[in-house]
Amino acid sequence: MTGRGPVPLLTMRGIVKEFPGVRALDGVDLDVAVGEVHCLLGQNGAGKSTLIKVLGGAHRPDAGTVVLDGTEVSFTTPHAADGAGIATIHQELDLVPGLSVAENVVLGHEPARFGFTRPRDAEDLARALLRRLGHPEIPPRRELGRLSAAGQQVVGMARALARDARLIVMDEPSAVLDPEEVRNLFRVIRELTAEGVAVVYISHRLEEIRAIGDRVTVLKDGRTVARNLPAATTPTAEVIRLMTGRSIEYVFPERAAPPDSAGDSEVVLEVDGLSRTGEFADVSFTVHAGEVVGLAGLVGSGRSEILETVFGARRATGGAVRVRGRALRAGSVPAAVRAGMGLCPEERKSQALLMGEPVYRNVSLPVLSRFARAGFLRRDAELAAASAVTAQLDVRPADATRTTATLSGGNQQKIVLARWLLRGCDVLLLDEPTRGVDVGARSEIYALIRRLASHGVAVLLVSSEVPEVLGLADRVLVIREGRVVHTSGSAELDEGRVLDLVMEGDVRV
Amino acid sequence: MSAEQGATATPAVDERARVEAAGRDAAPRPSAWNRLLDSGAGRNLGLVAVLVILCVVGVSTADTFATASNLLTILTSASIIGVITVGATFVIIGGGIDLSVGKLMALASVWATTVATQSFGPVVMIACALLVGAGGGLVTGLLIAYGRIVPFIVTLAMLISAQGLAERISGRRSQIVTDPTIAAIATTRLAGIPLLVFIFAAVVAVGWVVLNRTTFGRRTFAIGGNAEAARLAGLDVRRHTVALYIVSGLCCGVAAIMIASLTTTGSSTHGTLYELDAIAAVIIGGTLLTGGRGTLIGSILGVLVFTTITNLFVLNNLDTDVQNIAKGVIIVVAVLIQIRARRTSP
Repeated sequence: MTGRGPVPLLTMRGIVKEFPGVRALDGVDLDVAVGEVHCLLGQNGAGKSTLIKVLGGAHRPDAGTVVLDGTEVSFTTPHAADGAGIATIHQELDLVPGLSVAENVVLGHEPARFGFTRPRDAEDLARALLRRLGHPEIPPRRELGRLSAAGQQVVGMARALARDARLIVMDEPSAVLDPEEVRNLFRVIRELTAEGVAVVYISHRLEEIRAIGDRVTVLKDGRTVARNLPAATTPTAEVIRLMTGRSIEYVFPERAAPPDSAGDSEVVLEVDGLSRTGEFADVSFTVHAGEVVGLAGLVGSGRSEILETVFGARRATGGAVRVRGRALRAGSVPAAVRAGMGLCPEERKSQALLMGEPVYRNVSLPVLSRFARAGFLRRDAELAAASAVTAQLDVRPADATRTTATLSGGNQQKIVLARWLLRGCDVLLLDEPTRGVDVGARSEIYALIRRLASHGVAVLLVSSEVPEVLGLADRVLVIREGRVVHTSGSAELDEGRVLDLVMEGDVRV
Repeated sequence: MSAEQGATATPAVDERARVEAAGRDAAPRPSAWNRLLDSGAGRNLGLVAVLVILCVVGVSTADTFATASNLLTILTSASIIGVITVGATFVIIGGGIDLSVGKLMALASVWATTVATQSFGPVVMIACALLVGAGGGLVTGLLIAYGRIVPFIVTLAMLISAQGLAERISGRRSQIVTDPTIAAIATTRLAGIPLLVFIFAAVVAVGWVVLNRTTFGRRTFAIGGNAEAARLAGLDVRRHTVALYIVSGLCCGVAAIMIASLTTTGSSTHGTLYELDAIAAVIIGGTLLTGGRGTLIGSILGVLVFTTITNLFVLNNLDTDVQNIAKGVIIVVAVLIQIRARRTSP
């Protein structure tokens, strides 16, 4: 298919995957040749994770073809993909912490004779693989949960090797590794490719891609925008342009007031030297009334942790959070809510919503007592107030007694916003407010955030999408590895500059 | 207070009329049939069916089954475990489990019937039972919410230590209830119906109202359904968790007075395996063991199913071992029916 030297191993064409309200993949092509390291690039939300889940059999594509070794395949389960020789090493490892290292390496394919497992064989295999990976110090009998994140990553690699995979997908494998370990990883990858194994490598660190990659495919908004670029010679500026140039331009509302007027308004939120051991350190900033401050950073940079610590959902190990000059009790969400804070968390499903409950009950949750007399709920008042807010946000369908799970992602996000709108917040913390939200609802959410700011709410915004941060925020803090590495007005930044600041890795290969 | 100021800062909301109009022409309203299925009785259709079948069997195998006195016997024997089940329903909907209920009741019955306590009269005896129950629930709740130990372990430990304490206080002897007022509770009838049944009904009524009509009940569903979401919405999840175990403990205290009166003793042997009966009733009543969803009516139907089975076996002079086999089968069958019913009506 590629028409030149490499022998094609995998060819994906026109892959489409839809989720309710969102088209996560909209015609993606990918070619992987035998023995190459194929890098997959794209911003968060571009569709990388969905694509590798399709490849790994976790999602079934709605359209498109997957050809492996000249035969068209359709993986209905992860097991089927595994059988075809495709192994995925996920960012969040799918290992069992309570089992030993060796047991994890052979999980699902335990060496056995007459139905009895042969732990000695499993240990020998694990030991050999770990030595090959440059980690002979990891004892095969050690309980996996006692290893460091990097150690667990190595075990995940060993497991993929144990399966004799022909194609190994690595989703940001270097995120938890130190430079020495990254060098080891690269050595192993080179050995594997020399044996004809193909690797699909996902990373945000462009210099790694230059060091290890053969070819690059760039995804953006669920489409392939560039295919099979030479990794070593394509200029960085070109790659960033491909990743950022948008086919869909989101409409960001006009700022009601020029950002510098924020200096005149009252400081509402003051974060002073906030730290949490192992997550972030010495974070200080202020948010004025009517100001939107954006935190830009990669997944794992500590931005969500900072937001949750400001809200008291995590207990700070140092520093203080003040709202209108009054210090909040550390680690207390009720205290933060009493002080007028609201949080729209990163994971709607697990952190924000009661999916089986009606919409109105999700909206009224923080302000239940407002609809109660001596503890007795007045359901009509509750329903009316919740319905009024959801109608104002144009939540569809309009019936607030519908079960929350039946609504689309965008409408679910509006429900979380409606909750804090009903509550009436002075400080609104938004973590990825448009993740999994369709284009139409996005613009509405952007408009709402701006409108709230123009009414004097102080907004702190975390987003993986740089244009979103730049389009909404008056000021941007760039977070890298748990520290604020840059602060400036959003007018002084462009997307390429932010990506540069965000991705500038510490890895020297 | 600054939050209240904030409320005025958000855009005014006055579109109620539009909302209601939109609500009317909104997407498909549930049909009458679906609404029936969603109601308390509908969601427990399997259980109602089981109860009906048991009654049919009862009427056809024993002449005395359908008499008023026998039905009152069933209700009376359901009353004590029923009161405990009300508390268990709160705990389980709130995402917890309480294994200590039976022995907490035993401890409360012993503490309330010591010679010393009885010397202060019936009011102090009742107060003592309620305090012991609530106190046990408080300790359990604090260990779970603030000690971060899983409910199964804490309440198992409470079961064992309550048993030990009850034996220690009573010296492993049954303490006779000498107070006439307490003894009269079980023998009193109002309009021909035993007072115990009224107490049961009152606890169920209060429990139903609290669970379905108050902020406390709503928060219980929220915390059981998604504790993290509830926490991030500003609910004090830990304090509420403690309150749930106090509710369970209070129910044990009420049940302690009832059983002391019925048996005229306070004893460490009361309530053995009541925790399993209560949990079984809650489960066949359709409450999710993982929390967040369930009905009190279902739990009570569950209790009635079990006591009706016992009654049938007694009337037919059958062994209790067969009865336990039947109970086990019914738990599985009732849950199977519920799963099917839920699948057909999403």
